[in-house]
Amino acid sequence: MDAGGRGDRALGNNSENLIEIVDLKYSRGSRVIFEGLNLTIKRGEVSAFMGPSGTGKTTLLRLITRQLVPQHGVIYFDGLDIATLNQRQLYEMRQRFGMLFQNGALLTDLSVFENVAFPLREHTKLTNRLIRHIVLTKLHAVGLRGAADMMPAELSGGMARRVALARAMVMDPEVLIYDEPFVGLDPISMGVIVRLVRRMNDVLGITSIVVSHDVAEVSTVADRSYLISDGKVAASGSPDELSAANSELVRQFMHGMADGPVAFHFEAPNYAEQLLGRDSE
Amino acid sequence: MRALLRDIYSTSHEFVRTFGAFQLFFLRLLQHSPRMLLRRPGLVVKQIYNAGALSLVIIMVCGFFVGGVLGLQGYANLARFNAEDSVGTVVALALIKELGPVITALLFAGRAGTALSSEIGLMKATDQLSAMEMMAVNPVRRVLVPRFLGGVVAMPLLVAIFTCIGLFGANVVSVNLLSVDVGAFWQQMQLSVAMDDIREGIFKSIVFGVVASVLAVWEGYNAIPTAEGVGRATTRTVVITAISVLILDFMITAVML
Repeated sequence: MDAGGRGDRALGNNSENLIEIVDLKYSRGSRVIFEGLNLTIKRGEVSAFMGPSGTGKTTLLRLITRQLVPQHGVIYFDGLDIATLNQRQLYEMRQRFGMLFQNGALLTDLSVFENVAFPLREHTKLTNRLIRHIVLTKLHAVGLRGAADMMPAELSGGMARRVALARAMVMDPEVLIYDEPFVGLDPISMGVIVRLVRRMNDVLGITSIVVSHDVAEVSTVADRSYLISDGKVAASGSPDELSAANSELVRQFMHGMADGPVAFHFEAPNYAEQLLGRDSE
Repeated sequence: MRALLRDIYSTSHEFVRTFGAFQLFFLRLLQHSPRMLLRRPGLVVKQIYNAGALSLVIIMVCGFFVGGVLGLQGYANLARFNAEDSVGTVVALALIKELGPVITALLFAGRAGTALSSEIGLMKATDQLSAMEMMAVNPVRRVLVPRFLGGVVAMPLLVAIFTCIGLFGANVVSVNLLSVDVGAFWQQMQLSVAMDDIREGIFKSIVFGVVASVLAVWEGYNAIPTAEGVGRATTRTVVITAISVLILDFMITAVML
């Protein structure tokens, strides 16, 4: 296959691969984020992107949803090369996605209720009564039906994330993308959200993509994990397979070890020399 | 020398690129404006309230004192020629043709323009615009166009209010405090202010409304998504709007004289 080529692939709607990334290259300035990255997201699975900080996991989500455009390589969504979509087709594709942003990204001038109702008001002609029913149902699912009249500024970080999750699923998307969904949640909310991610995926038959550092939580929800490092997929497989892997990088990440191929310390001069002030001589 | 030429080239190149992008951005706003006005008038009305009604206090207070100072200066200088009865004419022409549109535009940039830039910049910094994109909602159409239209509609109304309050302020100072004849004050004004003068004021207020609004949303939309970036964008909104308004005022006046 011509990795840099354009055009639709004959994957069709019945293919088990919903998203396929082929030979992706993306750089920001002189810094190469991805080089030769290949990855496949299977329909109906919970896939997790894991990796050390700064490896570009969130960037990869933005590339998949074409908020960013790669310099080389092709990203297929349901058989379509997303780079070839015009604005209308792109928005049609995005209506099939729901995305939970790292910080929630709630619209600060709208109440919690209106935030969740926002996609419905923009894309449907449902009556106010029906919108109210749907929104309350989604807010109830994340435990925040009682906060419907609050403004985003009145919510804690964890609550804002849960409202954003309700908003992400209000249009019943085919693909739900979670960017660091477990950060800042208390243990009770975390447990609920973890179960919600899994249950929604299984009951609604959707596909989920989770970006997270949280190895323990990801292991409980993900069918398949991708460990991203140095611009490529360093390892992939079920959480059990990754835990049992021999690769040093995988073991270091999965078991949270300080020593290994990924240095904890950013490149710096000799510690003792610097403390003694000799580095500036 | 070579370095200087390279600097001049890169600065010119950047200026032309930014100016071109600004024009395309302006065309995008205009392209979406009719649809937004017809289909989502509620969003525009809310922004007229934000840009207009919430600027009323500053506009009215400043209008009163600008009119008052014009009344004082007009009276003091015209009295040298025994022409103090013409103070109404001087104040009215100054307010309607120049000071009303210009000062309102500068105040608008300081109050509503900065609010627009910082709001849009913060929406960008907190991923709200990206979230809209992901919800298949065009942020230019949903966020920027209503704010642009709100400013464009609010500005002429604010200019009208500023001018009326200014005339009232001049009346209070020159008639009530300095004993100019009230009949002469208003009659001289009525006789000397022509419809063309009012048209010039209206035209300027519309142009300044468009310029101040588009610059505010442009700066907000292109802000670097950090606290410092949003702060810079807000400052740039005031500076660039003030310079643009004063240059355009000169050009319009030169053409319409």
